[in-house]
Amino acid sequence: MTARTLEQNGISTIVIGSAWDILERCGTPRVLYNDLPLGNPVGKPFDLQMQTKTMQYALQLLAEASEPATILESPFQWQSSSAWKQHFMEIKPEMRDTLRQMGEENRRQRAHNRAQGLVRK
Amino acid sequence: MKIQYIKRTRDYYRAQGFEQDYTWAENTATPFQPLLKPLADCVVTLVTTAVTEPELPKPSRTAKRYRFDDTPAAFDTSELSWDKTTTHTRDRGSYFPMEILKDMVDQGTIGALADHYHFVPTEYSQANTLNKDAPAIVKACIQDEVDVAILIPL
Repeated sequence: MTARTLEQNGISTIVIGSAWDILERCGTPRVLYNDLPLGNPVGKPFDLQMQTKTMQYALQLLAEASEPATILESPFQWQSSSAWKQHFMEIKPEMRDTLRQMGEENRRQRAHNRAQGLVRK
Repeated sequence: MKIQYIKRTRDYYRAQGFEQDYTWAENTATPFQPLLKPLADCVVTLVTTAVTEPELPKPSRTAKRYRFDDTPAAFDTSELSWDKTTTHTRDRGSYFPMEILKDMVDQGTIGALADHYHFVPTEYSQANTLNKDAPAIVKACIQDEVDVAILIPL
């Protein structure tokens, strides 16, 4: 949404991200998509070569994109196996009680924040 | 196979007992500002969701600009939703590639780095992002004469 507002005000943007479905749905002007775990959108930690290449792809897309909602997918992979893709927000049967408790704590914290006036003005 | 984050998030929070699903922003029309000059002449900035001032309570954080010269050695990413099972954020460059951009300035690939980078909070309220945070970043970018913003949400 921030990228959209910047574009509406004359500033060209590119989003480098790993959540394709969210970026596509939002109508993002330009996206460089890296199929990596959330947390390292530019490249693997300490892999300067991959990170540099990502930025080169991003600038290339900035210079060459001619229409909105252009998504370029990098060739990078986290690892040859895609097993890692199961982990994020994974729900296992034995986690049900823990997740329910997390939700209760989250709701409790939000109510506490509201009561303390910890909200945006 | 790409991860379906919208479905996964919905299922995860339902499992936590939230009864109302989050509604992700959805737009069919997309604004587009073509690049009006060569990259070698452009002023470039970064927009990040990583937290520069973790001492500020999360519910009251707003968009804010910081000088690139004052970039912290490590941002606080602990409250953000990323894959903490698979990876880590101990390498700042994996989400805030300031050094690479500085090298690109030295090489003449881009014109200059702006004076400031920008923090945008990950907000539940889309209205806050649209009506407060995004306009604040636009204003700050215009002051810095920014041509290109590279947004890198974790």
